[in-house]
This record gives sequence, C-alpha cells and structure tokens, in this order.
Amino acid sequence: MQATTKVTQRAATADSGSAVTILSFSGDISSASKETILAAYHGLDGSVSKVLLDFTGVEYINSSGIAIFIQVLLESSKSGSRTIAIFGLSPHFQKVFTMVGINKYAALYSDESAAKSGL
Amino acid sequence: MKNGSFVQVRLPSELGFEKVAMSTAASMAALMGFSVDRIDDLKTAVAEACINAIEHGNQLNSSLTVGVVLSTTDDQLEVKVIDDGSGVGASSAASPNIDRKILGEEDPRGLGMFLIQSLVDEAEWHQGPPGKSFVRLVIRLDKENQ
Repeated sequence: MQATTKVTQRAATADSGSAVTILSFSGDISSASKETILAAYHGLDGSVSKVLLDFTGVEYINSSGIAIFIQVLLESSKSGSRTIAIFGLSPHFQKVFTMVGINKYAALYSDESAAKSGL
Repeated sequence: MKNGSFVQVRLPSELGFEKVAMSTAASMAALMGFSVDRIDDLKTAVAEACINAIEHGNQLNSSLTVGVVLSTTDDQLEVKVIDDGSGVGASSAASPNIDRKILGEEDPRGLGMFLIQSLVDEAEWHQGPPGKSFVRLVIRLDKENQ
C-alpha cells in the first residue's frame, strides 16, 4: 500500500562554476523507497563530486525514508570525495532533518537557487 | 468542535495506512485551531507511532489491526495508537547519534520514538496484553505560541 518514489537525474552548474548532479525525488519516501533511491545514488558516475538531493516533489517522508538518506551520507562519507547537499524540504522537514543531525553532514537549502549558490 | 469529541480509526497492519491516521489527526487538529506547524508535527508523530505499531507491535500481521483513538478536550488533542504487541518499556527515547550512524556504528533507522517524543507535548508508551499496549500522544493549544 506504500506509494512509490520516483527519482530523476539532471546535470547543473553551481554558481561557483563547478558541475553538480541533481537527484530529484517525488512521491512518498518510506522503507519501500530504499531500492529506488540507493540504485539512483549508486548509478552516479564516480567522477561526480557534488550532488544535490531535491525534495521539492516529495509529499511524505517518514523515519525509514530519512534512514535511507543517512545510508547515502554514510556511503558518501566513506568515499571521502563527494559533497552532498539538500534542498526543497518543507520547513517542517527542515526542522526534522536538523533534529536528527543530518545538517551536520549535508547542508540544507530552501531551494535550488540557494543550493547552487551555497555549493 | 465540541469538547470531548471522539474519533476511532482501525488500520490494517500494512505500511502506508499510517497516512490515514495522519490525515484524521490533521483534520481534528485543524478543527481545534492548531497552527499548520503544530499539525505538521502531529502528523509526523502519529505516522511514526502507527508505523511502530504496524511493524513492531503487530509484526505486519494482516489479521491484526492498529487502533487509533483521537479525543479532544478544550485545550488538547490526545491520540492513542494501540496494537497487539507487548509494548515498549521505554519511558523516553534516546536521541539519535548521527556521527555513529554515519560511521556505520549505529543502525541508520531507529528514529521513530525520538521524533515522536520531540514533536508532541506528551508521549507515553504503555505495555500491556495484546490489544492493550499503546502509545499516547498529546498536543496542547496553550503551547501554540511557545
């Protein structure tokens, strides 16, 4: 009964001029999303050094969904060469992500423009 | 809305149905005059309580249901989420250690109870026989501007 998650990937350029890959999520993010999200992340080219996670289209995310992104940050941390940032969360989920401590490992921006400026 | 209003919902023990309880709780909180921010907090707390009941309490057993009982007084909305498990013995939830999670030393999951406790004014876990274990959540109108 859990709704599905869709992920799209596109290339962009940060205000600094560096290349950025944006993974945009839509739908619900729950335990059922794990395979889809990790497959999208694992599918990134090894040369990608800056990744923006776009939550603008996400309607619902629960703690199991948040845990998937902790897994992504864990993998990114292990690689040591990739910066991940987040934008498009509602104010409520910006608060929740901050309560959990995710902002310590991925900067949270309100929108894509702010994220490109901050990277 | 009248003081003492009471709504009961029964959910199948299937993930995804927590959204039905979320919507019901949000509707009642809106009728009582809670702000959007508090309603968002309540929705997440209710969803997490229902997920715990479905996954851990009822072990995803399709023959069992999760009870969600919402009741109001003048100044508070109480939500009880009842399952057939033996309940959670903890009186409070530990804060997640994000550093240990990122290092792989702690399960990335296990955030639900922490979120529940952080987002509502009261959260209590009660142990009991099947059908009597529950978590009780309360949000209060007098906390609106704090």
